[in-house]
Amino acid sequence: MGEWHDMSPRASQPLAPAATDPSRIRNFCIIAHIDHGKSTLADRMLQITGVVSDRDMRAQYLDRMDIERERGITIKSQAVRMPWATADGTYALNMIDTPGHVDFTYEVSRSLAACEGAILLVDAAQGIEAQTLANLYLALDNDLEIIPVLNKIDLPAADPEKYSRELAQLIGGSPDDVLRVSGKTGEGVEALLDRVVERIPAPVGDAGAPARAMIFDSVYDSYRGVVTYVRMVDGRLQPRERIQMMSTKATHDILEIGVSSPEPTPSQGLGVGEVGYLITGVKDVRQSKVGDTVTTATKPAADALPGYTEPLPMVFSGIYPIDGSDYPDLRDALDKLKLSDAALNYEPETSVALGFGFRCGFLGLLHLEIVTERLQREFDLDLITTAPSVIYEVTTEDRKRHTVTNPSEFPTGTKIAAVEEPTVKASILAPKDYVGTIMELCQSRRGTMNGMDYLGEDRVELHYTMPLGEIVFDFFDQLKSRTQGYASLDYEPAGTQEADLVKVDILLQGETVDAFSAIVHRDKAYAYGTMMTERLRKLIPRQQFEVPIQAAIGARIIARENIRAMRKDVLAKCYGGDITRKRKLLEKQKEGKKRMKMVGRVEVPQEAFIAALSGDVESKKDKK
Amino acid sequence: MPSALPIADPAPTDGLLPASAVDGWADRAFGVYLHVPFCRVRCGYCDFNTYTAEEIRGVRQSDYAGQALAEVGFAARVLERTGAPARPASTVFFGGGTPTILPAADLAEMLSGVRGTWGIEPGAEVTTEANPDSVDEASLAALADAGFTRVSFGMQSAVPRVLATLERTHDPERIPLVVRWARAAGLQVSLDLIYGTPGETAADWQRSLDLALEQQPDHLSAYALIVEPGTKLARQIARGEVPTPDDDLAADLYEQADAVLASAGFSWYEVSNWAREPAHRSRHNLTYWTGQDWWGIGPGAHSHVGGVRWWNAKHPAAYAERLARGESPAVGRETLDPDTRRVEDVLLRVRLVEGLPTGVLDDAGRLAIAGLIADGLVEGAAAIAGRVVLTLRGRLLADAVVRRLLPE
Repeated sequence: MGEWHDMSPRASQPLAPAATDPSRIRNFCIIAHIDHGKSTLADRMLQITGVVSDRDMRAQYLDRMDIERERGITIKSQAVRMPWATADGTYALNMIDTPGHVDFTYEVSRSLAACEGAILLVDAAQGIEAQTLANLYLALDNDLEIIPVLNKIDLPAADPEKYSRELAQLIGGSPDDVLRVSGKTGEGVEALLDRVVERIPAPVGDAGAPARAMIFDSVYDSYRGVVTYVRMVDGRLQPRERIQMMSTKATHDILEIGVSSPEPTPSQGLGVGEVGYLITGVKDVRQSKVGDTVTTATKPAADALPGYTEPLPMVFSGIYPIDGSDYPDLRDALDKLKLSDAALNYEPETSVALGFGFRCGFLGLLHLEIVTERLQREFDLDLITTAPSVIYEVTTEDRKRHTVTNPSEFPTGTKIAAVEEPTVKASILAPKDYVGTIMELCQSRRGTMNGMDYLGEDRVELHYTMPLGEIVFDFFDQLKSRTQGYASLDYEPAGTQEADLVKVDILLQGETVDAFSAIVHRDKAYAYGTMMTERLRKLIPRQQFEVPIQAAIGARIIARENIRAMRKDVLAKCYGGDITRKRKLLEKQKEGKKRMKMVGRVEVPQEAFIAALSGDVESKKDKK
Repeated sequence: MPSALPIADPAPTDGLLPASAVDGWADRAFGVYLHVPFCRVRCGYCDFNTYTAEEIRGVRQSDYAGQALAEVGFAARVLERTGAPARPASTVFFGGGTPTILPAADLAEMLSGVRGTWGIEPGAEVTTEANPDSVDEASLAALADAGFTRVSFGMQSAVPRVLATLERTHDPERIPLVVRWARAAGLQVSLDLIYGTPGETAADWQRSLDLALEQQPDHLSAYALIVEPGTKLARQIARGEVPTPDDDLAADLYEQADAVLASAGFSWYEVSNWAREPAHRSRHNLTYWTGQDWWGIGPGAHSHVGGVRWWNAKHPAAYAERLARGESPAVGRETLDPDTRRVEDVLLRVRLVEGLPTGVLDDAGRLAIAGLIADGLVEGAAAIAGRVVLTLRGRLLADAVVRRLLPE
C-alpha cells in the first residue's frame, strides 16, 4: 500500500451493534462499472475509518475470490460496518458491496433494497457505462439517495468537468455537487464519508414489531457453513434465537450473530436498520435464499418483506470433463459449488461426442464463465462446454408445448407450429462514432431498435430488443472488437417472441453429433451449417473411408463437406531392425485410439470436438 | 536399420539365451545378417546406423572384418552353450551402410568366416547391398567367386534432380553398367527404388521404373521416402527449403509402380517388394517377416532367436570394445511373450502376399475382417479361404488394417 500511510480514525469509540439508534446508522452501497475503482475506494474507506490497519491492508480487501480479484469484478457482496464521526457525533456506516454485473441483477436489487443511499462512482476518464446506468435505474427505483462521485481524478486523462456535467444531466442537480475523489491517493474520501452521513437518510423501522430481516447475500464458508447477510427492518434478532425463513418456513437456531468490520465480529444482536450476518450451521445456500425474509420462530411476522423471487436460469450449457474419468470429480465439484451459488443448477446428461457431463443453467454468460473458471481453477478440472443455449418454448402441430433448453430436446418427427424465444432489452453505451457499426451488428443479430439517447457530448446509448439467444452467442465479443472495447452492454429480460427458429443438426457419415446441434434462426441456418461442416472437415483426421459431413434441418441437407479417404498409412520398410520399433508404434497408435470418440464408424479425436466447439480451428495433425 | 534403438531390458554381458529360445531351432530358417556401418557420404534422408570417415573415432574400416568375425565366433559359442546344435545358415545378407565400401576381399573374408563357423546351406541366398558407385566389374566378379549369389543395388531413381535431392552421388547412367557386370558374374540382381522424394513427379517416377525394368532385374524394392526425425532432410523440410512429401502423391506413385511392374511380369509379395518369379523373392527378408531366427552381426544390428530379440551397441567403437573384452556387444534385449509374438506375426505377415492365417487372430480380430472386406482393404475370397490378404488399397493402408485386426 505504498502511497498510503497512517490514518487515524476520527471515531475513537465505535457504536455497539444492537444498541445503535437508527438515526446514527447510514446504509449505502457503491454503484460502479468494472474497473472504475470501487474496490480501491472501499479499501480507502476501510483504512480511513480505521477498521483495517495499514498492516492488514490488502489491495481490494473486500473481493475475496481470486477470480474476482483478477477480473476486477465483485461477484459476492459483503457488508462492512465502519465507524465515522462528524461534528454532531459518531455514526455507524454500513457499506454494502454489490455485484457489478448484469447477470446478477436480482442480487444487485436485493443489495440496493438493503440501503437508503448509493454512491454513484464513475471513472473521471471514462464516464458512465451501460451496466452502471442499469444499476443506477435500479437504485432510483428503490428510492435511494444518490451521491455522484468521480473517481481517479489523479489520472492524467481525467476530465472531471465533462463527466460532472454528464452526471448532473443524468441525475439532476448541479455539476458542483459531484464529488471528486481518488481511491488510489485517498483524496476526497473523508469528504465523501461526511457527505454520506449528511445526505443519506437514516433507516426507519418498528423496533417493537416482530423481527423482519431481509437476506441480501448468502455465502458458503467451508469452516462455518452458510453465512447469511441480513438487513434488519423491524424488531431485533439475538444470539441463540430460533429463526424462520418466511419463504420455506424452515427454522434454524442462530449459532452466531454479528457484524463484519470487516472480519466477522459477534454481537449481542442486530436492531432496526442494522446490517450484519447470521450463522445457523446450514450447509447449503439454498436454505438461506437471497431476498427471503428472516423472522423469529416464536413470534413470526405476518408478512414477508416484498421483492423476493427465485433465481431463474437464463442460459444453459453442457459441461463435460475432457478426460471422461473425471466425471465423478466434476459431479463432486458442482455439488460443492452449489453450496455457495444458489443460482447454479445442473443435471446429468450424456453426449455421443463428449461422453458424460452435466446440463447446467446459469443466470447469464458471465455466470457461466465464472462457474466454469471456478471448476477449472478450484477443482483442477479440464472441461469443455457446449455452445450456450437459452429456453425455447416449442409448440408442435398437435398443440403440445415443449420447453427446450438443449437442442437435443427440440421435437423431431412432427411439424412445428411455433417457437418462442426469450428476448432482452439491451442498452449499449458507446462513443457516437461507433453507432453505425453497432447498429449493423444488432441488426445482424435480429435486434429491433427502440431508440437512442445522447449522453453528454459524444456518447450515445442505443436501446434494442434482441433475442437472448443472439446475445449468448459471442455478441459481447463482437461488440467489443468492433468498438475497440469502448462499448458497454447491459440487458434485462423482456419476455418472449415468436421466431422462425430451426434446429440444425451436424451429421458425420449420417450420424448426428449431438454436441453440434443448434437452434438458430432459419436465415442463419445455412451460415451455421457451412461454418460447422467446414470446421469439422479441417479438424477430423482422414479415415480409411470417405466421410461426408452434413448440416441438416430435419431430413433436409443444407450444407455438405467431405473428408476424403486416407490413401496411405503404411510404413514402407519393415526389416529386422524395424520390427520392435514398428510394434511400439502400433502400441502408441492404439493408446491414441483409446482417446478417440466413435461417431458411428468415424474416429474423432476429442480435441477435434473441443476445437470445433471453441472455434479454434487449426489444421488437423496427421496421426501416424 | 533405423538408428534409434528401442528401450528394453539390459542385455546380459555373456549374451546367453534362455533355453526356450532354441526350442525348435533346427526346424526354423537361420539367417545371418552382417552390418557394414560405413558410407563414403551420408545421404540427406538416411538415418541408418552408418558413419562416414569424418564421423568416426578410432575405428578403421580395415579392422572391421576382423571385429565382425569376432562376433560371429561369439555368436556360435552362445548358441552352442544355449544348446543349439551348430547348423548351416539358410541365408546371409550384407547390409549397411554400404558394404561394398569395403574391399571385396574383406566381404569375402567375412562370408568365409560365417561358412567356417556355421556352414552355409547348399543353394543358400547370399546377398550384398551395393552402391552403384562402389563396385566395378572386378569386384562383382570377386564377390561371386567368394560365394555371393545376389546383389541389391541402391538405384533409388533415374532422375538426376531426384538423386540430388536425396544426395545420392551416383550417376544413373552407371546402372546398366553395374547390372551387366553383376549378371556377367552370375549374380542375381535386385534394384532398390525410392519414390515420393520432394519434387519428384509421376513422369520422373515413370522414368525410374522404366530404367529399372530395362535392366530386367530379378527383384525390385520400392520404398516411399520416409522423413526420419534428425536427418538433414527433416531439417530442410522444417526450414521450408524442401516441400513436405505428400501422402496422397506417394499413394499415386505406389499404384503407378504396382501397375507398371505387374505389366512387366513382376508380382508383389510384400508391401514394398516385387519379384519376377517366386524363386526370386528375398528369402533372407522373408526370414524376418515370418518370425524365423537370425543373428545380426555388427554395430546396431538386431537379432532374433526363438522369441528373444536383442540389438548391439550402435557406435562401431563401443561395439568393438565390448567384443574385445569378450562381452556380448548387445545393449538391449527383449523377450517376447506369446501375445507380443502374435502381434508381431500379425503386423508382419499381413504385409505378405501369402497373407495372414486368420487363425492367428482373436475373435474380435476375425470379426473385423468383414468390415475390412467391405471397405475394400482385404481380399474377400482369400479371407473365406482362411487368409487375410491385402488388396492394392489395403497395402497402402496396411498399418490401419493391422490396428483393426488387433482391436483389444
